[in-house]
Amino acid sequence: MKIERLLPGLAGIVFLAIIPLLPVPPFWLTILNNIGLASLVTIGLVLLTGVGGLTSFGQAAFCGFGAYTTAVLSTNYGLSPWLTLPLSLIVGAATALPLGLITVRLSGHFLPLGTIAWGLALYYLFGKIDLLGRYDGISGIPPIEFAGYRFMSDGSIYYLIWFFVIAVAIGAKNLLDSRIGRGIRALRGGGQAAEAFGVNIVRAKLTVFVFAGVVAALSGWLYAHMQRSVNPTPFGLSMGIEYLLMAVVGGSGHVWGAIFGASIVLIMKDVLQRFLPDLIGTTANLEMVVFGILLVVILQLARDGLWPFVLKLLPKRSARSLPTSDDRLAKRTLAPAGSSLIKVEKARKAFGGLVAVNDVSFEVRAGQVVGLIGPNGAGKSTTFNLITGLASLTSGSVFYEGQPMTGDSPREVAKHGIARTFQHAKILPDMSVLENVALGAHLRGSAGVFRSFLRLERRQEATLLAEAAFQLERVGLGAYRDRPAGDLALGQIRILEIARALSADPAVLLLDEPAAGLRHGEKQELANLLKKLREEGVSVLLVEHDMGFVMGLVDHLVVLDFGTLIAEGKPADVRKHPAVVAAYLGGVA
Amino acid sequence: MSGNLLELSDLHVSYGRAEVLHGISMSMKPGSIVTVIGANGAGKSTLLNAIMGIVPSSGTIVYDGAPVPRSVEGRVAGGLCLVPEKRELFATMSVEDNVELGGFLRSAAERAETREDVYARFPRLAERRKQLAGTLSGGERQMLALARALMSRPRLLLLDEPSLGLAPKIVIDILNIVSELRKTGVSILLVEQNARAALEIADEGYLVELGEVRLSGPASEMAVNPALMESYLGTHS
Amino acid sequence: MIATFLIQDGVTNGAIYALLGLALVLLFSVTRVIFIPQGEFVAYGALTLALLDGGKVPATTSLLVCFGAIAFLFDLWSMRRGTDIRTFLRSLALNLVLPGVIYGITIVLAPLDLPSVAKALLTILIITPMGVYVYRIAYRPLADASVLVLLIASVGVHLAMMGLGLVFFGAEGLRAEPLADDNYTIGALMVSAQSLCIYGATIAIIVGLYMFFERTLLGKALRATAVNRLGARLVGVRTHLTGVTAFTLAAAIGAVSGVLIGPITTIYYDTGFLIGLKGFVAAIIGGLASFPITAIAAIGVGLVESFSSFFASSYKEVIVFGLIIPVLIWLSLSGGFHEEE
Repeated sequence: MKIERLLPGLAGIVFLAIIPLLPVPPFWLTILNNIGLASLVTIGLVLLTGVGGLTSFGQAAFCGFGAYTTAVLSTNYGLSPWLTLPLSLIVGAATALPLGLITVRLSGHFLPLGTIAWGLALYYLFGKIDLLGRYDGISGIPPIEFAGYRFMSDGSIYYLIWFFVIAVAIGAKNLLDSRIGRGIRALRGGGQAAEAFGVNIVRAKLTVFVFAGVVAALSGWLYAHMQRSVNPTPFGLSMGIEYLLMAVVGGSGHVWGAIFGASIVLIMKDVLQRFLPDLIGTTANLEMVVFGILLVVILQLARDGLWPFVLKLLPKRSARSLPTSDDRLAKRTLAPAGSSLIKVEKARKAFGGLVAVNDVSFEVRAGQVVGLIGPNGAGKSTTFNLITGLASLTSGSVFYEGQPMTGDSPREVAKHGIARTFQHAKILPDMSVLENVALGAHLRGSAGVFRSFLRLERRQEATLLAEAAFQLERVGLGAYRDRPAGDLALGQIRILEIARALSADPAVLLLDEPAAGLRHGEKQELANLLKKLREEGVSVLLVEHDMGFVMGLVDHLVVLDFGTLIAEGKPADVRKHPAVVAAYLGGVA
Repeated sequence: MSGNLLELSDLHVSYGRAEVLHGISMSMKPGSIVTVIGANGAGKSTLLNAIMGIVPSSGTIVYDGAPVPRSVEGRVAGGLCLVPEKRELFATMSVEDNVELGGFLRSAAERAETREDVYARFPRLAERRKQLAGTLSGGERQMLALARALMSRPRLLLLDEPSLGLAPKIVIDILNIVSELRKTGVSILLVEQNARAALEIADEGYLVELGEVRLSGPASEMAVNPALMESYLGTHS
Repeated sequence: MIATFLIQDGVTNGAIYALLGLALVLLFSVTRVIFIPQGEFVAYGALTLALLDGGKVPATTSLLVCFGAIAFLFDLWSMRRGTDIRTFLRSLALNLVLPGVIYGITIVLAPLDLPSVAKALLTILIITPMGVYVYRIAYRPLADASVLVLLIASVGVHLAMMGLGLVFFGAEGLRAEPLADDNYTIGALMVSAQSLCIYGATIAIIVGLYMFFERTLLGKALRATAVNRLGARLVGVRTHLTGVTAFTLAAAIGAVSGVLIGPITTIYYDTGFLIGLKGFVAAIIGGLASFPITAIAAIGVGLVESFSSFFASSYKEVIVFGLIIPVLIWLSLSGGFHEEE
């Protein structure tokens, strides 16, 4: 990384470090501590909401779990705060996990509604339990001690809080910039593409959910030892809503925006509480009204929050150097040419009364390029989805190398070595072209959350990125490596999807209308690439509408019409088949 | 005044950052059938959606001598009506309700008048008034989509792949209905993958490729154009 | 004996939750808005009625005028690139004249000792137009946003409306006078006239909604929008029209609920939120889609609440809101719910 890029961050850290040494009013430190505590929760929310697309209003409850765990253990049992730290985090994780398991499988809006309900229920629960001191809470919590030094004052615990904030923020950035992070970032687009390359969607969602719960519990642990007492109020739903407001104000997709958002909201709250009552002449806590309006206004005018405006002032990220690696990724051993790879037997798919695929059988042999053609609505894409596990068979079966894979999820299908592209390209427009392609190599890496968080997987990551870069060069998109994928033209996006499929080191490549939207010359290049892959032993099954493209390329042609197989065989023969001419070339009259 | 019912000039449409229509210009005369043909992904549906106002576009659309209204409902009120590729029927509502909603912007008297005409044209629908739209067969759905569109008393009907997914015999029925409609004075802009059949009933044809008009002319000439045969039917011979 | 009392209590509250749940399902299916602030309409309604009982001009009338004025400014802003005189006049009438007239009526009528039914109707008249303005100000500019963004906006609207409730009504709780304070004994059961009003109003609203959706073209257009948004646009149904209609209905239902619940419990500025959430528990059980399941579930929520407040009163809220967890587990296991789009 270039020094100019690091400079704002370093300046920020130095600035933070010297504030307590300056003659600032003491309440500044109090606010800064609160900002730090809120930032921890908000960073978790940024990953959960902004990046993962899951919204939670109940994060304050996880703070409560962290705070109450340490409060009970350090007062009743006299445990050292350093011992309760891991326990608080474990309790945070252990409560997030079951709640996550229940809700992440539901469609988008049930999760936030669920979090509102449990946020309320937990708040009431905290206030009802004797062990937790009911609504009075627990006081007399010991301060944190380190090597005999007691973090008693606002000025000293300040350093502890901000150490954790910066460590968590950097860790969160690391996590997003990794194999696991690509899976998490793919959640927002629905995750279908990620799943087709072996990302476990439910697990990725759970990962961010637990991560958000753990950092909230960390914030709660710090809070308990800063405040030296806890009660249910700061863990209620209204704080949970405030955390979400911070994430939205900051810009819910940006880790550093979390700290920015927390600062704006808390400073504003302080100013409002200080001056509004005098101005309006009531003691009512009017900041509620202002926050409510602020939330709506931000969503209406700057849905990505305010951090992107700050980003514009910072120096631009310089282009990444081409990732290189001495390691090579292991390659799959391909089945001997001619052996049966994919075998579809009497596959049938009915949507209600409509039979989209009607007892279709065909086979793809190793080393073959097979074309699946037919007019629009003939059932080609549905057949594709049946093979890749995206749709379930009504009856019939699909085999891979003789083994049944009926009922396999897209992820399990991907593990067999089947890589696909989509008819309606599914890319992540805000991720770089290179990262989009690297998503395809997901199953060829192994680094988990902890290694990614601590940046211990750099060597493997470089190998994955080098593979992605290689595939990009191979399809001719090398020049666009660092551009956001959404900048590409539609034809290029289709090629990008092919590069992504190739970086999975596939045994079979399933291409859904790869030539649509390509110019004549580009089609030629694509045909050459596919021929070269065939020479390397990779098999291809492609759905195409463009007969000209298919004719010169495929070894075997399967023609569908109204979900029924009407002809198959060598392209030259199939083309003369009267049923094909009638159905496909449009000889109605 | 050119006397054209619809005139597009330099129409551009982008999805996100990617432009899919790069400046389309075309015109159609009142009472005519114009067909737009081209491969998948060429931008035909996008073109119809832009004319209807479903997707934002830049460039000018002149309808009946004046700039087309900005809103979709303004365009429907002005006599534009799109029958989309996926029909977009109200599946859990009855045939009758679907037909009735087609005339949402028309007065009760106008609806009553048109309703009679529509059921006379589609006797199968009249038989199935109480049935839910989602339980109809493919051909019946297309008829219902057309019936719903006619209830809005359109002057320019935009048809997106009306033969999609239909058996050949029903395709003939639907295309016959389309030619019949023209006799009532409705103009039709027809997007069809079934190029030969479409050119047979159309007066003018446009070939769209990669978001641009590649060829245009009288339908009879288009049907025998070798360049069109090559790029659309995929036959190099 | 206790059981029959608890059942009656539960059904009475459940009927009100059912109204709220129905309004929430209606709003979500037509506009995709998960309307957290529905409870605020209830609180506004109950507090307005209570103030009218005291012969005062309720603060909601000034609030209504403010809302209308802001909505007018929003309209002006969107008309800045030119408009026709009809659109302008319509906006003027809807956003400035209407609240002004309601304000005038209230000032004249409030000091008179009106019959309670008239006060109830006046309350509904004051609250209902707020639905229009809330839609115009908060949601219409977000028409293209995702369900999640709309939900977060709803939380913002809830905060603002609850805060305004605090400003305008103060932190004191109020209780309205019952619409009728007779009691009837049916066998061993004692039924209050207020309960009967609640049952009657709930049934009337359900029947009314059914007629609206089945018999009128506008009602069908709302259903059509819920079934297929694009299809509805293509036949010329304006998103704004269905949005305004749905929000007006929801506000009216909220106001009615407030009028009904105001006399049976003390309402504070923030009570509405908790009541509304109980409607949500029912609506979620109905998958935010099914009117009948929501209505039945609401009665269930009322029963769970009344029994738990008797047997485990301090855990009442924990139990009612905790109820959502098994419901979500059930929804999650029964599948069927998947990522939107």
